[in-house]
Amino acid sequence: MAERRLMTGDQAVARGAWEAGAAVATSYPGTPATEINEALAGYPEVNTEWSVNEKVALEVAVGASFAGVRAIVSMKQVGVNVAADPLFSLVYAGVNGGLVIITADEPGLHSSQNEQDNRFYAKFAEVPMLEPSDAQEAKDMTALAFDISEQYDTPVFVRLTTRICHTKTVVHLGPRREVPPRPYVRNMAKYTLVPSHAYKRHFEMEKRQILLEALANTFDGNLVERRSMEYGVVTSGISYQNVREALPDFSVLKISMTYPVPHQLIRNFASRVKYLYVVEENRPFLEEEIRALGIAVEGKEQLLRVGELLPDMLRRRILHVDSGQKPPAEGLPGRPPQFCPGCGHRAVFHLLKKHRLIVNGDIGCYGLAALPPYDAMDTLVCMGASVGMDHGFSKVPGMAGKSVAVIGDSTFLHSGMTNLANLVYNRGCSTVLILDNRVTAMTGHQPNPASGRDMAGRPVPALDLAGVCRALGVANVRQVDATDLDALEEALVEEVQRPEPSVLVVRERCIMVDKGRKGPVYVVGENCKFCKQCLNLGCPAITVEDGRVKILDFFCDGCGLCAKVCGLNAITAREETA
Amino acid sequence: MTTAQAHRTTNVLTVGVGGQGIITLTNVLAEAAFRASHDTKQSEIHGLSQRGGSVSGQVRWGRHVYSPIIMEGEADFLVAMEELEALRQAHRLRVDGLILVNDFRILPATVVTGQAAYPDDIDAQLGEYGRVVRVPAAAVATELGTMRMANIVMLGALAKHLDFPEDVWPAVVREMVPPKYADTNLQAFARGREF
Repeated sequence: MAERRLMTGDQAVARGAWEAGAAVATSYPGTPATEINEALAGYPEVNTEWSVNEKVALEVAVGASFAGVRAIVSMKQVGVNVAADPLFSLVYAGVNGGLVIITADEPGLHSSQNEQDNRFYAKFAEVPMLEPSDAQEAKDMTALAFDISEQYDTPVFVRLTTRICHTKTVVHLGPRREVPPRPYVRNMAKYTLVPSHAYKRHFEMEKRQILLEALANTFDGNLVERRSMEYGVVTSGISYQNVREALPDFSVLKISMTYPVPHQLIRNFASRVKYLYVVEENRPFLEEEIRALGIAVEGKEQLLRVGELLPDMLRRRILHVDSGQKPPAEGLPGRPPQFCPGCGHRAVFHLLKKHRLIVNGDIGCYGLAALPPYDAMDTLVCMGASVGMDHGFSKVPGMAGKSVAVIGDSTFLHSGMTNLANLVYNRGCSTVLILDNRVTAMTGHQPNPASGRDMAGRPVPALDLAGVCRALGVANVRQVDATDLDALEEALVEEVQRPEPSVLVVRERCIMVDKGRKGPVYVVGENCKFCKQCLNLGCPAITVEDGRVKILDFFCDGCGLCAKVCGLNAITAREETA
Repeated sequence: MTTAQAHRTTNVLTVGVGGQGIITLTNVLAEAAFRASHDTKQSEIHGLSQRGGSVSGQVRWGRHVYSPIIMEGEADFLVAMEELEALRQAHRLRVDGLILVNDFRILPATVVTGQAAYPDDIDAQLGEYGRVVRVPAAAVATELGTMRMANIVMLGALAKHLDFPEDVWPAVVREMVPPKYADTNLQAFARGREF
């Protein structure tokens, strides 16, 4: 019997790609997709890399496909926005080796800035899309997606959601199927999308679309389960599992190929039940398609577009049954995540708050500064936006010198560098703080070009952030240690006042990478007047017990920032006993 | 055991604060359920889980499990590494379910800075949702060498109520904790079963 294992959806996608003979894998880290590429790196037959952003990741995968091997590129939902430029043209060229694009969407936005529904990318770009409902299907459909890609000469999307990515279910493992590289044959009419070629390719693409529509109606994964003659549900992905849980007596049409939408299959199913529902998270994607067929259906009138569609909600809104348990306790204090104890980068936010600067933030750990008790971030939109937004702020009369941009090393390399070039070119005056911890920290400390090592841990030249900023034309570039509070404050005050672009590279390695306590733990002495300066640092090691400040040994990393901000010298390093 | 019982899905909700070992606890439990020959699903939300935030995991097992999500009012067990987190998720418990709660409080940042208050009647409130067993897991783990093992003490306390084959637990615990600490974790597991 085949080996069985509990695997996350992410691990299963990686396994499926490996079993299907994938040779190249690329990605930029992003929850909930990160673990796909990490798992792929564990298979020596797959050449895996962290690319600097999703656009680059897709382009590398496209190159590998054109050159003849099977390639997989994975990203979170907003990553597809970054990769959209090559995507929309790539579909005209098609593929050579199979090309699979994983989009990991986030209904419920557990770790994202939006809940965009990437099924619309499939329709927008005319790319077929498969949607698994558990890890076994994630493995099987990833492998199948490579076959569809080569057979129909198209990239193929596999859409996951957080509950698929991070849920472990039982998976049957298979062997790897070696797929010999397809020869690369020069074919300018297919691979060079100048207008005259692209125009002809567009006809090919629309012919392909008709074939894919036929495939959708006969696709094995689109399952009809007949139970009730009265009530039927059209659903897909994780919602299928939630429907089976909450509405066990309903007939179900499970759509595994969400694009093209299988119209004939839906018509047949709808004609066999009296009442038809659509259960889908986020936007009414299937619902609009079904209504366009002239079929009466209930969906978003009862079910929310916002957040995850959990089985509780189906039970409550469709069956009108509640849990029987008491409602949730009310008025409980929230528990926002915090910077790690010992992370020196919290000093930056202490100073920005102290000097009442407007903070244009970016995507990464430092986004935690937008939460209490830090409350030290004014804006946060998307990867790399901080630098451009800050430049925009400075264009408004009276705003110059009142704000800064804060961006991490990995985000700067992802999409902040072009913003910095723009800032210099357009005579900006922003101060940009690059918080340099030498990794892509929030997603689990993946290496990046500034780390000095690649994904496999091999040494590579570490990109010089200060040097890049100078080369982009910034005359005032300073490097400061995050732990040197006085130097950091002096540099910040000087550069904010300067009427020209400046960059502060604030350096400290991520404490999750550079493990080990920095020094002796700190203790609170008799001088403490409970002024709360240290409490506002938001350090998990600093708490209150019986009305007094207390530092918890268990969490204290010995960084000493609390002692530096204490105006009464009440916090000191505990003397180590030999 | 009747057929109905054998086919029923068992639901365990694990909660706590980032850094307390919830993910490890949930991983070990799911792997044990799987090795005990059950269809198993394990779900957790991580990513924005820097130390200090609320973390929770869910494990469901039985003959065939559909959703990885435990519906409100259907958790058979709530295993809580922290008291406030227990209360936050108590409504997910079955009316006759069991709450196993670590005798331990971690004040959220907003409580530390005085912006919010930690509830002072958690025991009474928890009692309205189900049966409560307090487990001094933090104290027991500290006694055994490090508070980091409190999660395995809690796992032991839960294991007492489950009917997995006896040889499953030590094998899975040994495999899934750092090898250096395998023996002490097995002690922590055994101590947990006393509560």
